[in-house]
Amino acid sequence: MSFVYEKLMGGKQGMVGLIILSALILVVFPMFLDSFRLNLLGKYLTYAFAAVSLVLIWGYGGTLSLGQGIFFGLGGYAMAMFLKLEASSPENTAIQSTPGIPDFMDWNQITALPWFWEPFSSFSFTIIAILVVPTFFAFLIGSAMFKRRVGGVYFAIITQVISVILTVLIVGQQGFTGGINGITDLRTLNGWDITSDSAKNIFYYVNCVLLIGVIVLSRWVLTSKFGRLLLAIRDKEDRVRFSGYDVANFKIFIFCLAAMISAIGGAMFTLQVGFMSPSFVGIVPSIEMVIFAAVGGRMSLIGAVYGCLLINFGKTVFSESFPELWLFLMGGLFIAVVMFFPNGLAGLWQDYGHYVTDRFTAIKNKILNKSTPSNDSAKKTLPETELS
Amino acid sequence: MYSNTDYTLAVEGLTVSFDGFKAVDDLNFYLDKNELHVVIGPNGAGKTTVLDLICGKTKATSGSIKFLNQELTELSEHAIVRAGVGRKFQTPSIYENLTVLENLEVSYPQGRGVFGALMFKRTQTVLDKIHEIAREIMLETELDTEAGLLSHGQKQWLEIGMLLIQDPQLLMLDEPVAGMSVKEREQTAELLNKISMGRSVLVIEHDMEFVAQIAHKVTVLHQGKILATGDMAEVQNDPNVIEVYLGH
Amino acid sequence: MDGYTYSELGAILAMQGFAGISLFSVLLLMALGLAIIFGQMGVINMAHGEFMAVGAYTTYFLSYLTETYFPAFMPYYFIFAIVVAFIVAGILGYFAEFILIRHLYARPLDTLLATWGLSLIMQQSFRSMFGAREVSPTLPEWLMGAYQPTEMIDIPINGMFVLGLTAVVTLGVFYLMFKSSWGLRVRATTQNRVMSGAVGINTKKVDRYTFALGCGIAGIAGAAFTTIASTGPTTGSLYIVDTFMVVVFGGAASLFGTIASAFSIAQAQSIMEFFMSGSMAKVYTLFALVLILMFRPEGLFASKVRR
Repeated sequence: MSFVYEKLMGGKQGMVGLIILSALILVVFPMFLDSFRLNLLGKYLTYAFAAVSLVLIWGYGGTLSLGQGIFFGLGGYAMAMFLKLEASSPENTAIQSTPGIPDFMDWNQITALPWFWEPFSSFSFTIIAILVVPTFFAFLIGSAMFKRRVGGVYFAIITQVISVILTVLIVGQQGFTGGINGITDLRTLNGWDITSDSAKNIFYYVNCVLLIGVIVLSRWVLTSKFGRLLLAIRDKEDRVRFSGYDVANFKIFIFCLAAMISAIGGAMFTLQVGFMSPSFVGIVPSIEMVIFAAVGGRMSLIGAVYGCLLINFGKTVFSESFPELWLFLMGGLFIAVVMFFPNGLAGLWQDYGHYVTDRFTAIKNKILNKSTPSNDSAKKTLPETELS
Repeated sequence: MYSNTDYTLAVEGLTVSFDGFKAVDDLNFYLDKNELHVVIGPNGAGKTTVLDLICGKTKATSGSIKFLNQELTELSEHAIVRAGVGRKFQTPSIYENLTVLENLEVSYPQGRGVFGALMFKRTQTVLDKIHEIAREIMLETELDTEAGLLSHGQKQWLEIGMLLIQDPQLLMLDEPVAGMSVKEREQTAELLNKISMGRSVLVIEHDMEFVAQIAHKVTVLHQGKILATGDMAEVQNDPNVIEVYLGH
Repeated sequence: MDGYTYSELGAILAMQGFAGISLFSVLLLMALGLAIIFGQMGVINMAHGEFMAVGAYTTYFLSYLTETYFPAFMPYYFIFAIVVAFIVAGILGYFAEFILIRHLYARPLDTLLATWGLSLIMQQSFRSMFGAREVSPTLPEWLMGAYQPTEMIDIPINGMFVLGLTAVVTLGVFYLMFKSSWGLRVRATTQNRVMSGAVGINTKKVDRYTFALGCGIAGIAGAAFTTIASTGPTTGSLYIVDTFMVVVFGGAASLFGTIASAFSIAQAQSIMEFFMSGSMAKVYTLFALVLILMFRPEGLFASKVRR
């Protein structure tokens, strides 16, 4: 495990993995994908925030959160509320019986903007809210649970119930939230048309840079003593507690960090997709985020991104051509990952990747030997490329 | 009701009951500085429960535990550790996936808060301390070994080292030589004699030969109560003890 | 609450109470199965709702067969369907344990993911076999109608039938788990697997039959469910969270706790539903549960154990 830890998290290999990922999403994909596909990819990459957050809380923290959809949703809704208010200027909504409020409120006979919507007319407040509200919410849940030593299965179930509560609340209070359809028809960000191709392209790059930033931040956290303590807590919680640490605080912190990361993903989702709805908050998206992380490898930050891309790509391809098969495949994937590949893609790469790199090295040596026959050290100096 | 004392540890009237069953019953017990005190007793006598009570893992039903005149029963587990109480568990409890060095580093008493741990740096002071402790527990050559690969005896030592690095005033060891070879036992006895200088050590042990080697004082626990206390010879000749150990 | 007279309020309370009884029965039947699987075995069976759906679809299928080929048998098929639902769901559970669950006993969080995968597969199978539309079996005449003790109160007969069924199953489970030698073996295995193996209990067999029993009871819940609502491919997933809450709230290993908790959750939900929208009733119910569980994480009726 310390092997995984060393190899995946830091050092040369970690760097190489990060560079490959950055090159892929920043250079290769934009080169070969049209604007529509790139936007789709950008949408997938917003889920990757949630998957990365699950590597932190589940892979390293050992606590399965089935509530990452809550935070993804909170971040997304905060952004959507701002955009919706901007789209609902009195001029745009002149035909409503109460101009100046979002259309769905008007449809639900609401005549004034609810108090909790007011501050979202400020962009800076919205940005702060995206980061702070989900984190604070996670802090409340985390403090209540971890201080009382609720963990494992119970934590998973309770976070799941909270995501159900939030979904039902959003759907039920449609006058305040837009209900089942969500908050739609978002047009501009500070006057800038977000539906144009150029805006979408820019959001894609912003999203990529944020994602890479989040991975680097997470890596820094995991390589610190904090990261080693997380692993230690996961494996021997009592030993850590009786070494003088307040274990709950560590869990609360990583849960809050995971919440904030998911929320950033949610906000970026709203920007790129142009709406937010309760179907990204509840049980199903929350558990799908877990499978992204599981397929990528629950111990690998970069693996989680690949897992996320792979599954969403599969989902798009299959649900276009064989919608019937997709659920079978997805179900089978859950089972297979748990039973046969608990470390996901990253684990596969660890176990079998050296076949690829050895071959690669052999070919390279062959070439090198042809040109400079006396180059013995070629194999030694060639960095082993790590996917994850 | 409870008085201040000069003892490192003063346990008075300590009782814990689980649904009416009294695992520890009105226990009074004192531990001096520089004293290595061994608690023995048949299975189910409440030995491990006493350690659990002192380190806060189990909450007392009534009674007081004073450590350097500070009441421990009101403190949380990590606060008790920070006050200077270290505890080794019955089965070696180490982080198998981390190296010996990382195990000791994680136990190093600095960066114990969330942000402290994020900012913690492996300075020369930290490394020096780790090497010093590793030498003491005879694992200096194994610093880069993954802890899971150590022998059972070495794991026991490592856990003791993880406590020593925090320099506790009271060290509690639950069966420190379980599963050790004869040679390892001797080395452990030597280690315990060395580390009891300047602090108090409370040991639970079954192996009487080993107890005789290390104990300054012995307490025999039976059904949650103290049966006898004194030096090894006194305890061995106590008729009550003989009754409990040999009578049945 | 103005606008209602006391006698009206009483009638509302009684009728919503009886509406709550149907929900209570289904929740309790679901929770009994889950209490065995989760409470006793520690397996988080996210596919439990789908085993209920298996029972419901079995009932529907039998109703269809009976109606088409043996119309004369219609008044009696439902009783028969309950038994078949139990058997079919039980057999599926038996195989699920054999193929999937038994490899994962040491990893409870992973059972959650794997059984979620199983639930996806089962949902899609329902869709492929019975279509995406909701279906309902034709219920026998004697289950229809209502009993009217006063002018204002209607008590549906199907509700009373389901309540009776639930009582029978609950007693059966109680007897099986706490009075029979088989139940003793189950409890021994769940408390100390190694020791039970050592004293000669075939723990693998016990696990498999316990899981099958839990799923079978979910099947009965499905048969009961058809009397109060129609069944679609995702019906099961609508009840799984509530069922988990019932089990956790009741204290995972306590049968009495499970009954009390199913009753209070179903009644709270059903009575609140009259005064506000169904969704807000659900929000308040679940929110109250989460709050209570934060203060009593071990549930209402958990037993104290010396750690």
